[in-house]
Amino acid sequence: MTKMTIPLGPQHPALKEPVNFSLVLEGEQITGSTVNLGYNHRGIEKAAESRTYLQDIYLLERVCGICSHSHTTCYLTCVEEIAKAEVPERAKAIRTIVAELERIHSHLLWLGIAGYEMGFETLFMYSWRDREQVLDCLELVSGNRVHYAMNTIGGVRRDITPEQKTEILRRVSILEERTKYYIKLGTEEATVLARTQNVGLLPHDVAMNLGTIGPTGRASGIKCDVRKHEPYLLYGKLDFKEITHDTNDVFGRLVVRVLELVESYKIIRQVLNYLPDGPIAVKVPAKIGPGEATNRYEAPRGEDIHYVKANGTDKPERVKVRAPTMANYVAVPYMLNSGYLADAPMTIAAIDPCMSCTDRAMVYDTKKNKVRIYGWDDLRKLGIEHYKKRGVDFSKL
Amino acid sequence: MKKPGRVLGEMLENLFAKKATSNYPFTKAVVDARYRGRIAFESDKCIGCKMCVRACPSKAIEIPLSAEQPAAAPIPEGSAPVPAKKKFDCIMSLDRCIYCSQCVDVCPKKALISTTDFELAHTDRKLLRLHYK
Repeated sequence: MTKMTIPLGPQHPALKEPVNFSLVLEGEQITGSTVNLGYNHRGIEKAAESRTYLQDIYLLERVCGICSHSHTTCYLTCVEEIAKAEVPERAKAIRTIVAELERIHSHLLWLGIAGYEMGFETLFMYSWRDREQVLDCLELVSGNRVHYAMNTIGGVRRDITPEQKTEILRRVSILEERTKYYIKLGTEEATVLARTQNVGLLPHDVAMNLGTIGPTGRASGIKCDVRKHEPYLLYGKLDFKEITHDTNDVFGRLVVRVLELVESYKIIRQVLNYLPDGPIAVKVPAKIGPGEATNRYEAPRGEDIHYVKANGTDKPERVKVRAPTMANYVAVPYMLNSGYLADAPMTIAAIDPCMSCTDRAMVYDTKKNKVRIYGWDDLRKLGIEHYKKRGVDFSKL
Repeated sequence: MKKPGRVLGEMLENLFAKKATSNYPFTKAVVDARYRGRIAFESDKCIGCKMCVRACPSKAIEIPLSAEQPAAAPIPEGSAPVPAKKKFDCIMSLDRCIYCSQCVDVCPKKALISTTDFELAHTDRKLLRLHYK
């Protein structure tokens, strides 16, 4: 059979954000695929260098709309480590609650998208309706549904009152009831099983080699929950299970996410009942450092890594973000290969991709058909030339 | 779930269930009292320290001197002259504002207040520049 290469994306109804997959097809079968990034690069890391530590919180919150709390917490853990600030226990507890509410919000959103991709739109409507409960909780606690802006350097900005605590617990019990229904639905409904079982297979050893993380990795049996293996915030003190599954397919990823919801409810209950008294933030000086720190954080999609380098001023010298999707992208071509074209949207959606979090830019020379790599000096030279044409000379800086 | 007609129960349940959607914009959406919406400004409290301008992550705030300054209070005879209290305006660019309320947190005199206003879209760009006097 003749081979045919077709592009999937950057603009495609099955993709929520721009990314390009080049698929080699033999009939309906995918025999080869490559992933191309770079359609949504925003230069956030560079922008972070020209803002103060406090302003960077709001910038890094916008790395991702869904993991907004994950990115700021990870970044602030680094900043607080460099500044040697001791975050109060109550602030840690509130951060944990928001983190788990965020996980519930993200997983329910994914469940809806998965339902939509498999053509089961009732599931999409149901899970997004229930997601409103957790979004209301987040609005109640933080003052906004998506960009919570809960964190500040040295703690959190808002306290949780006893009334809010009761309201969160009430909504969590509604969600718990609904999740039981989703577990039943996900494991018994014929539509779900037919569209997810043996789709996007990623065996354990391949997943290990490709460094897959988060629910994608855990569905291939990798124990990679940072909350369990390198506890941060309050996770060391809490009782929860690390969910893994051994089917290695999209079904496994669905099961892992839905069961993680149950664990999140458990964590929220534990933390709300524990909630220690005390201040919610400590004062941290505006100028921090010098020093550097790296931290890992289990975001809903997987492990998030932030690196911060401080030079003693009020602005960071370098902020590096490794969003979870970056690690999982590598595995997507493997999952797509040997599958059918019709399963491609489902397979891509199963890693819960977030393109704009993870995007990298590259320079592609169309004449030489090659990717050019720029070093720091080359980039500097390029920048100086760019501004010289516009009448500003930076060469003496 | 392999029973035929299994959706019947679900259907009947949803037939009598409360609506999940609201009739927005005909019925107003209710937001929490602690919602971070439009930032309001009280000129008589402002001392012009510009802490908010420096803290704002999106450079949405300007604090210029008011065009009309209040007259100096009458000085009692024999005492040293007291400078008149300066009056400040606030220009809030709604298109730049990200509604993080950091300015509200840093304001030492609580001249900036977070309101629950969220319907802030306009078709005219000029209306996005709020000038509080």
